[in-house]
Amino acid sequence: MRTLLIGLALLLAASAAYGIDSQPPFPDPALQARYTALTHELRCLVCQDETVADSNADLAADFRRQIHDMVAAGKSDAEIKDYMVQRYGDFVLYKPPVQSSTMLLWIGPFILLICAIGIVTLVVRRRARQPEEGTP
Amino acid sequence: MIPELGHLALILALCLAASQAWFGLVGAQRGNRIWMASVRPAAVVQALFVLMAFAALVYSFLVSDFSVQYVAENSNVALPWPYKITAVWGAHEGSLLLWVTVLALWTLAVSFFSRHLPQEFAARVLGVMGLITLGFCLFMLTTSDPFTRLLPAAEQGRDLNPILQDPAMAIHPPMLYTGYVGFSVAFAFAVAALLGGRMDAVWARWSRPWTLVAWLFLTFGITLGSWWSYYVLGWGGWWFWDPVENASFMPWLVGTALVHSLAVTEKRGAFKNWTALLAIAAFSLSLLGTFLVRSGVLISVHSFASDPKRGIFILAMIGVFVGAALTLYAWRAPTLARGGGFQPFSRETLLLLNNIFLVVAAASVLLGTLYPLLIDAFGLGQLSVGPPYFNAVFIPVMLPFFILIGIGPFVRWKHGDAQVTARTLRVAGVLALLAALLSLVMMHAAGAVGLMAGVLLAVWTGTSALIEPYRYFRRRAEGRHASFSRSTLGMCMAHMGAALLVLGISVTSVLGVEQDVVMKPGDTVHVAGYDFAFQGTHDEQGPNYSARQGVFQVSKDGAAVAVMRPEKRDFASVGNETTEAAIDPGLSRDLYIALGNPLDQGAWSVRVQYKPLVRFIWLGGLFMMLGGLLAASDRRYRNKATTIPVDAVEPERA
Amino acid sequence: MNIRNSLPFVIPGLVLLFLIGLFARGLFLDPTKVQSPLIGKPIPRFSLSELHDPGKKLDQDLLVGKVSLFNVWGAWCGACQDEHPVLVAFAKRKLLPIYGLDYHDDRQAALAMLDKGGDPYAAIFNDVSGDVAIDWGVYGAPETFLIDKHGVVRDKVIGALTQDIVDKQLVPEIEKLQAEAQ
Repeated sequence: MRTLLIGLALLLAASAAYGIDSQPPFPDPALQARYTALTHELRCLVCQDETVADSNADLAADFRRQIHDMVAAGKSDAEIKDYMVQRYGDFVLYKPPVQSSTMLLWIGPFILLICAIGIVTLVVRRRARQPEEGTP
Repeated sequence: MIPELGHLALILALCLAASQAWFGLVGAQRGNRIWMASVRPAAVVQALFVLMAFAALVYSFLVSDFSVQYVAENSNVALPWPYKITAVWGAHEGSLLLWVTVLALWTLAVSFFSRHLPQEFAARVLGVMGLITLGFCLFMLTTSDPFTRLLPAAEQGRDLNPILQDPAMAIHPPMLYTGYVGFSVAFAFAVAALLGGRMDAVWARWSRPWTLVAWLFLTFGITLGSWWSYYVLGWGGWWFWDPVENASFMPWLVGTALVHSLAVTEKRGAFKNWTALLAIAAFSLSLLGTFLVRSGVLISVHSFASDPKRGIFILAMIGVFVGAALTLYAWRAPTLARGGGFQPFSRETLLLLNNIFLVVAAASVLLGTLYPLLIDAFGLGQLSVGPPYFNAVFIPVMLPFFILIGIGPFVRWKHGDAQVTARTLRVAGVLALLAALLSLVMMHAAGAVGLMAGVLLAVWTGTSALIEPYRYFRRRAEGRHASFSRSTLGMCMAHMGAALLVLGISVTSVLGVEQDVVMKPGDTVHVAGYDFAFQGTHDEQGPNYSARQGVFQVSKDGAAVAVMRPEKRDFASVGNETTEAAIDPGLSRDLYIALGNPLDQGAWSVRVQYKPLVRFIWLGGLFMMLGGLLAASDRRYRNKATTIPVDAVEPERA
Repeated sequence: MNIRNSLPFVIPGLVLLFLIGLFARGLFLDPTKVQSPLIGKPIPRFSLSELHDPGKKLDQDLLVGKVSLFNVWGAWCGACQDEHPVLVAFAKRKLLPIYGLDYHDDRQAALAMLDKGGDPYAAIFNDVSGDVAIDWGVYGAPETFLIDKHGVVRDKVIGALTQDIVDKQLVPEIEKLQAEAQ
């Protein structure tokens, strides 16, 4: 089953190429920047780990088209991401949302760093009291 | 016939690896000199059998023996012969054989270069490596045999994935594996020391060159992978934080910490427990990488086709090897004697800080990589963790680290003198601040802070790395005696490499320009001061592909700069298409064009990019690799003495 | 051996145990199957033309009022070809109506596939652009949705239907939903 689906995904992806957008650029560079940022933050679900911006798959082209239209229609970044999440779940975002289930993810590294620095402080204090010549 | 011989060779290697492990570990435990003496011959013969098996598979590919299933799945008569060799490691079974072959080469190296080590210790090291060989041979023979026959033989093979038909891709896995597998030597050294109950400065001196060599190959392998991804895939990026990329980066981070921790153990006999743990961790992360690529547990562009049976076997191996090592560690490490004391402002402290930043960074990457699995396993839904997360977390953790790189080499062991250090680094500090201000002036957009920070740290680190060479040349110029050990030169080069890397990353990320446009023949697009004129496409023929090649005339202010020819290659055998980006390389900037899709009336979607200083990224990797090579070849490692007095070396040198 | 002294040295081992447990669990999960957020929610509003009769317009109301299956397929898709006989056989059992969404397809190719293999569908929505499929959270074909009488999505099967999935997973659910009050 899984192999079939992956085979299917590869069929859709059609090539090992990264895809390039054929959406017309926005006349307003601020809108273009937002569009580019959004397509780089969303995941192409049918690919093996690629952004919507880079993928050659039909699904990614559809996503780009819809995102383009939504940006042109004046929707905010949050609204557009919400639109995609409603249909595909949090999986479609490459930047995981900050919520209770991801607290550990976002805060973990910094807590780890603080703990590590704490440990270093303890170790350094202890070693400072030791004689300088240690046993080999 | 040949494939069967290869298969037989693997079985023989398995048996010999078992005896190598037995004689080495049990022999050393019992003090049986005859058994211990048998380890080296067993290891050498085992390694030779593995090489035979590898040769058998290479031969099968070169003669296109499609009666071997693995060859039929990964090769093709029209495939150019260098890529037939590359195809050997193009998929799971063959790449596993490559893993074992690289392990065999390391085994040979350790067998030949360990003559000066005490017999008991060397026996244990080879014994551990024998166990690892045993595990992987067993894995291959039970679940992933590359020599399985396909009867009746296929007429034509399926072909090597077209994107792998590339020189950089050819050497990237062997280099990467040399690094990964090389950490098994550091692992074996640590386990052998823990088993013997004795770990000291001498042990660190033995261990360090092996670890450095493994580290430099891993550096090279990762650099190659990044460069290949940039010039072949058509997206212009060079790092995606893909799970398998991360799986190679984590051992690298821990390996870097290990190399620095070994320095402290070698000089001062300190941090032994920590060094042992790092050695175990580095190899464990290598094994984890092997697991992630082949188990299907995470989605990645690099994954081999997955099979739960294989995943279970590798997981069992991780449990056995890492579990045993950590049990040994928990038992023996507390009994190891402590190293010498040191003051808060000392090189020991700075290296300890170096270590924790690297380890916290590695842990953060691990957290991000495994989080989707964690959430799914606990039934909390499904998540993706990608570049936005990793960049947001990794960069802040590494910023203080880069400040420390500049300071560390100029702080004395045991008790540093802050005034001396500050005086030495005055120039570096001033230059760094000037460079940062300059970048602020030249660039007035949102990314300015990132660029400033990057430039500041890069110039700080780079200038600091030049202080030792500068001192050397000044002393020579003054007619005074000057010495510059390879170890110190290696350090300066590696740190300079880090500086170049940071500079390349900051500048290209902030000042790079990427534009997706639709172009008809005759259209011109302006990007970052350059004019790209599209002249249409025509057809080209390659050895096993047909291509559509676009032609772009590039000019700047009217003067011609280059003619760039991006391609879309069609490999008939697989029905796959690849994008070959056109790159106009330059040390100061790359120009990059990739063709997208053909549209109506001869128009094409095109991605044009301007990438300033992007080459510095890989130049930095190369400098780091060369630095490691220099450091590993330092005279004191070639000295065969088995004891050195602790603290015999001058405080200033690395 | 001093226990308190040894405690920090045991931590790496505990981390290893946790990771092995995690990976063992992970070996039996399939990360490529994205769970649908639509389960438990009403079907999206949409309107498309019928595949056989392009002049006729159908909308979501067709799927309300009875338990039904909504199957996303295309003639270009190998796995859809594989599941087609299973669908045709299932349709003959007349348990419930099966509606189709022809996704990103060429109409002639689709009609040819139905001609050759049989037509299990009560009606087929023709989604050439793929926009409606996005509203359904479709990311590949084939995918099959189970919809209850109130027009709420109750289950989703990603990948080709097999006789096993039909008999063991869908039929029991269908019978339960059909027994529900209106």
